[in-house]
Amino acid sequence: MRISKGKRVALSGILIIISFILKNTALDLMLANIFMIAAAIVAGFPIMKNAISALRYKIVGIDALVTLAVIGALLIGEYWEAAAVTFLFMLGEYLESKTLEKTRSSIKALLDLAPDVSRVVRNGIEVEISPDKVVKGDTVIVKPGEKISVDGTIIEGNAYINQSTITGESIPVDKGLEGTVYSGTIVESGYLKIRADRVGEDTTFARILEMVEEAQDKKAKTQKFLEKFSRYYTPSIIILAILLFLFTRDLVISLTLLVIACPGALVISTPVSIVAGIGNGAKHGVLIKGGDIMERLGKIEVLAFDKTGTLTEGKPKVTRIKAFGIEEDELLKITAIGETYSEHPLARAIKLSASEKFGSLNEEPEESEIITGEGLKVKIKGEDYLIGNRKLFTKSGINITEEEEVYVRAEEKHGQTVIFISNLKNMLGAISIADTVREDAKKLIKNLKSQGIKKVVMLTGDNERAAAAISEELGIDEYYAELLPEEKVEKLEILQRKFGPTAMVGDGVNDAPALASADLGIAIGGASTQVAMETADVVLMSDEVKKLSYAIGLSRATVKNMKQNIYFAIIVAAALIIGVLGKVVFLSSGMLIHELSVLLVIINAVRLLGYGDKGKSKAQVSI
Amino acid sequence: MITKTYQLETLTCPSCMAKIQGALKKTEGVKESEVLFNTSKAKVTFDESVVESKDIKNTIERLGFEILGEK
Repeated sequence: MRISKGKRVALSGILIIISFILKNTALDLMLANIFMIAAAIVAGFPIMKNAISALRYKIVGIDALVTLAVIGALLIGEYWEAAAVTFLFMLGEYLESKTLEKTRSSIKALLDLAPDVSRVVRNGIEVEISPDKVVKGDTVIVKPGEKISVDGTIIEGNAYINQSTITGESIPVDKGLEGTVYSGTIVESGYLKIRADRVGEDTTFARILEMVEEAQDKKAKTQKFLEKFSRYYTPSIIILAILLFLFTRDLVISLTLLVIACPGALVISTPVSIVAGIGNGAKHGVLIKGGDIMERLGKIEVLAFDKTGTLTEGKPKVTRIKAFGIEEDELLKITAIGETYSEHPLARAIKLSASEKFGSLNEEPEESEIITGEGLKVKIKGEDYLIGNRKLFTKSGINITEEEEVYVRAEEKHGQTVIFISNLKNMLGAISIADTVREDAKKLIKNLKSQGIKKVVMLTGDNERAAAAISEELGIDEYYAELLPEEKVEKLEILQRKFGPTAMVGDGVNDAPALASADLGIAIGGASTQVAMETADVVLMSDEVKKLSYAIGLSRATVKNMKQNIYFAIIVAAALIIGVLGKVVFLSSGMLIHELSVLLVIINAVRLLGYGDKGKSKAQVSI
Repeated sequence: MITKTYQLETLTCPSCMAKIQGALKKTEGVKESEVLFNTSKAKVTFDESVVESKDIKNTIERLGFEILGEK
């Protein structure tokens, strides 16, 4: 007959209570004892069964020790002790499994988010199939409130999509034609037709799930040490118990020592904290690949950043417009129209800026001539214009006034690329373009400093001027410009030698060697680059770099939590052993304290799940 | 030689891990076994000409652990 653990515990508890009532009212002492023995058998049966099955494989576990102790207690007539020990042992195990489930809950919640149905167009008809059956190239239809089941490209419609399963960011993003969507994200409003690019196990979401799953059981160094420790600890307790029996001939004390000295709380102390920490990270779009990495992340002293795409957006943008003699809007319009046919990144930046300001211009130049490496000569509404760099101006002999020259020099010094515009005689204006700094980068650097990071460094392949401007704007300690990928690796080695543990932060596109050679590789925007997600140790799923300081805070909180658990478990174990030897702690009370300590360790770990939520945690994050 | 992953009921004590691992190690035909505590999974590599998946499941279940699924 199979009785659930919970029912068994309850039944045993009831029997104990009845027995107590009978005993205290002195109604029937014999019956009271029978009830007590029954309680011990109900709770003790599965323990004994497990013990015997383990013995078949010559394994002496805690079950065997408890069984031995209970049989001993029954033989010497300590029925209450026998019932209490089995009851507490089962109750403890029951409560521990419940609380342990809690520590694993954020990861389980993530797993539950996997899409379970997919609507595709087959032979012109919409059919609902299991997401595993979708093949690459299928057209998938998603309606409001539904989950996207593939990674793909939007071929029709637009929608607000909640991407929190991937990025941890719950504010919906607007996506339209040609937009990339991810499996596991939810369409909040709108209607989409998507071409499936990656399906099933290949989707970003499936990869994240797999990595989070694997990460949980990648052991921390501390954990490995504790496991080694318990390998020696248990046999030494057994020897101690045997010696104790030989010298004192006191069976009860020896058995008690055996049972309560089990290092349960100690061994569980690390994995529970780690799993809660990783779960918390996963919920906030921070993927930390294992306990070992969690420990290393908390100890990082130096952070080296890649510039383009990490601290900056990676896309040039118009940062400033200066007109001489005409209106600024007019200048931008002329330039944008002039650049109509150009696909140069700088031209795109100008056109984007114009369309943001004025909408679609719907005008084209009558004539357009490309002057390679210098710019363009165009005719708009009968007027000739030159749009290009300084070289174009010098060559064409355009007059630049003192005031204009000062302005351009200043812009260039700030890392801007300047586009000159003229009407073939005078300079009409200058448009400054630069790769813009990410909005949250400045805040991140500040947070990192207040978190006690010793050095924040920027390693970039870009030119000296741009690097200097950005590092000054962000408050970066040191920068190294014009580096080749292998030079980044060399610089990292120097930083490691000089300042200690160094992490490299990049978008993973071109700094894979650096990410791999640092003490820790951190990739940002992981959802969009799968390679980075696979090679880095820590992955920030979204583009928000400020999550990095959250990740560091979380890892420190996790390591702290782990240490609290370890110290607590050691103190309790030592106190119990001393208590038993000093005859203050007995079998049942020892079991109670032992089980309580295990529970407390788990509950302490559960606290980590709340890290970063609400007001209280904001204070924690900024520490 | 194949590798299978068995999803077990929630493991509560790390000593269960040692127990399952020990028992699997002593099972003939099992080449490698790893019990994952946090995910409550057992990863077993075995020679299917010597031992069947059914036998491995039996071994684990006889130790008192329910098997919820296999992959």
